[in-house]
Amino acid sequence: MRYISNTPAEQEKMLQEIGADKVSDLFQAIPENIKFDRSFNIPAALSELELKELIKDKAEKNLDLSEFDSYLGAGSYDHYIPAIIDHLIIRSEFYTAYTPYQAELSQGTLQAIYEYQSMICELTGMGISNASLLDGASALGEAVIMAGRHSRKEKIIMPETVHPAYREVAQTYGKPHGLKFVETSLKGSSSNYKEIKEELDGNTAAVVFQYPNFFGTVEDLAEIARMLENHKKAVFIVVANPMALGLLTPPGEFGADIVVGEGQPLGNPVNYGGPNLGFMAIRDDRRLLRQLPGRLVGKTEDIEGNTGYVMTMQTREQHIRREKATSNICTNEALNALMAAIYLATMGKKGVEEVANQCYQKTRYLKEKLAEIDDVTVVNGDNHFNEFWLKIETADKSLEEIETKMCQQGILAGVNLAELTDQQGLLVSVTEKKTREELDKYARKLEVLLNE
Amino acid sequence: MSEALIKDYGSPGRKGYSLPELDVVEKNPAESLPEGMIREEAAKLPEVSEVDVVRHYTSLSNMNYGVDSGIYPLGSCTMKYNPKINEDIARTPNLTNIHPQQKEKYVQGSLEILYELKEYLAEISGMDEVSLQPASGSHGEYVGLMIIRKYFEKKGETRTKVIVPDSAHGTNPASATMAGYNVVEIASNERGMVDLESLKAEVDEDTAALMLTNPNTLGIFEKDICEIQKIIHDAGGLLYYDGANMNAVLGYVRPGDMEFDVIHYNLHKTFSTPHGGGGPGSGPVAVKERLAPFIPAPVLKKEGEKYYWDNDRPDSLGRVHAFYGNYGVMLRAYAYIRTAGAKGLKEITENAVLNANYMKHKLKDTYELPFASDSLHEFVLSGSRQKKEGISTVNIAKRLLDYKQYAPTIYFPLIVKEAIMVEPTETENLQSLDRFIETMKVISQEIEEEPELVRDAPHNTVVRKLDEAKAARNPDLRW
Repeated sequence: MRYISNTPAEQEKMLQEIGADKVSDLFQAIPENIKFDRSFNIPAALSELELKELIKDKAEKNLDLSEFDSYLGAGSYDHYIPAIIDHLIIRSEFYTAYTPYQAELSQGTLQAIYEYQSMICELTGMGISNASLLDGASALGEAVIMAGRHSRKEKIIMPETVHPAYREVAQTYGKPHGLKFVETSLKGSSSNYKEIKEELDGNTAAVVFQYPNFFGTVEDLAEIARMLENHKKAVFIVVANPMALGLLTPPGEFGADIVVGEGQPLGNPVNYGGPNLGFMAIRDDRRLLRQLPGRLVGKTEDIEGNTGYVMTMQTREQHIRREKATSNICTNEALNALMAAIYLATMGKKGVEEVANQCYQKTRYLKEKLAEIDDVTVVNGDNHFNEFWLKIETADKSLEEIETKMCQQGILAGVNLAELTDQQGLLVSVTEKKTREELDKYARKLEVLLNE
Repeated sequence: MSEALIKDYGSPGRKGYSLPELDVVEKNPAESLPEGMIREEAAKLPEVSEVDVVRHYTSLSNMNYGVDSGIYPLGSCTMKYNPKINEDIARTPNLTNIHPQQKEKYVQGSLEILYELKEYLAEISGMDEVSLQPASGSHGEYVGLMIIRKYFEKKGETRTKVIVPDSAHGTNPASATMAGYNVVEIASNERGMVDLESLKAEVDEDTAALMLTNPNTLGIFEKDICEIQKIIHDAGGLLYYDGANMNAVLGYVRPGDMEFDVIHYNLHKTFSTPHGGGGPGSGPVAVKERLAPFIPAPVLKKEGEKYYWDNDRPDSLGRVHAFYGNYGVMLRAYAYIRTAGAKGLKEITENAVLNANYMKHKLKDTYELPFASDSLHEFVLSGSRQKKEGISTVNIAKRLLDYKQYAPTIYFPLIVKEAIMVEPTETENLQSLDRFIETMKVISQEIEEEPELVRDAPHNTVVRKLDEAKAARNPDLRW
């Protein structure tokens, strides 16, 4: 094993020091009857060269996004990633460090997290952000548990416009805590506000809204905020696409109590869905803060008055509070949060705005082109950010057939909604990476295909 | 040496990015979106150049310490060397530039890797089925307990209690609470192991599971494991294995052969994936056959030569992640297992245990060793002797930083006063171990001769001792 550096002679010397004859003597505490008495059924060791060849062979069995024009989104978005991000995170003082338990030797990680927290607050319009959670869906799971604890109520109103996987994770997390989930129906590609209003009652722990929603539509958060005025106990949870917040009014301005979401669009590659990072930001409120899951970094001073950073408010966390902690989370997604922070710093005030605007404009361009084709409807109408719901109704072709044929033309036309929901159609996502030529090609190929 | 905040490098209008010109006709989004939904004021993000960003983060990295900087003997954290080739592999374009909603037929290479990884993890633990979905160790614990919950639900049994030894990681009781269980803590005996009488007294028909780390957080193997498993199983309960300490037993004993029903791994500990300053990790869960129906959906399956995600899992506990877990971490762990091979995995454990025992032997006269039982990959000392001189364990830890070495885990496990928990791992060589041993001895001597030197440590770090009480009293959590 090439990552062990001690030689047999050194091992022998160490055994002599200890007073053992052989290494296996050190395992005498393990009862003989349960000891593993064969060798693992795992292939023999590979050299670095052989390993590279093996991985190359396997990798060649994939067709990656470079082979296609991809319009896949649904929670994972292929945005432009500045080259400097990988160059900076590959600095091994960052990526080979552990959780910053010894603050004085971990100021780099700690300051970077403090800056991440600050920039997430700026983007969401919220007062406090934690240091990250595992992914967007589990962040929603943590948020509903937190809402139940904070409000001491049971009912979670969660429209069908919330990402189906997020709804599933939220329910997995919430049910052992006695939370009851009410899923309200769709109205077009929006939530049915009337139904939500009817469901809101004295037992409501939280209302969850996705912004923009799973189908790409920008929900009217002002309307929800008005509804919640008469239900002060109910926690307003917004699941936000952070990239959209370059264009859209931040949830904080609508009185959101908790904003969670998937931070992947900020400088993290799609990478088959992981590692991603969940973010969570809350109103600047002491009571909410005490219920917040996950790590927090705070600014302080050393004994000479110099500025420094530490993990703080740790009495919420598992290593101190054990079964009474606000969550079991320990390891989070620090390196991915660092990537998001470097992204936000690099793109900056103007860049985040420009990316969001380009996403909107290009999505609108494609949407308008496609809406002109016979048999094609865009359920969202004009209301969208970087994604829309396309319905194709032809008697002679199934959606699967259309997907396959588009794919043969080098286009991943979108996510087939039937694979994730009870709805029919394609969820089409456009990022700033697409060119007008590519968008025109999509429209042209689809039109030709439907007229075949 | 301090570093300004990134925003303070800013100058109005300065940019660090470039994008192609917008090549479609620009329209006003306010015309189509609901009223009031367009952001009026841009988020106050930094306005900095690319050079500003690179220098800032380079400067921050210089204020950090990783495994590549030197020894990182955090007990129970298994901070071993992170092989560089694995970083390259995790950046292979056609392995990483794939979208989670791509159809399975386009990602067969990746699924083949994940499937083989599942097989290796099943073989190493002696279990039958594996879920790769949990994204961290505590996420794995939570999933393991939810599997147990589903199992009893299906059987029509209501069990409310999870038993956890007082030496357990804090995540164990916290995960049990997350899964809706009541936690019962049992005391360890004078040998640092589960006390069988205390265990018997607590186990009953309400017991869903015992969560056990073996070797435990003292590095001590629970010799009575066969009796323990019988006590739990006879009462109809299940046995949960916290895999944080798997590095101690590879090829020597398997959780499955100890009759554990569920185990979680930490790929970022045992299988060398970098910890990233606090994540990403990955916490796969392995179970015995009878628990397989309950693991998170979807489950990776193979039919003929084709790999696919099985979503038809009616008894599954559901999802715990939007997609398939921390895929990038799995690629690194796969590469590590293939590099080690069957024989190498056993050598890893042997050298981890040898290194730890060597250090323990060399340090036990200078620092108190509260539990004399044989230990494996880690050991726990106590700073209680030094405490009598007025110096706390935290001071010893801070003094180590002055010698450019990371400190062990301190004040854990909770059952040892002034605990110093040391895990050197197999990748440290003899010189590195000797240097740490020597430093610990020097510090002990300093405590006798010049205690204020240790009490006021650290002296040579970028900041001196930080005021944690102030940070908690007046939280300043953002700029």
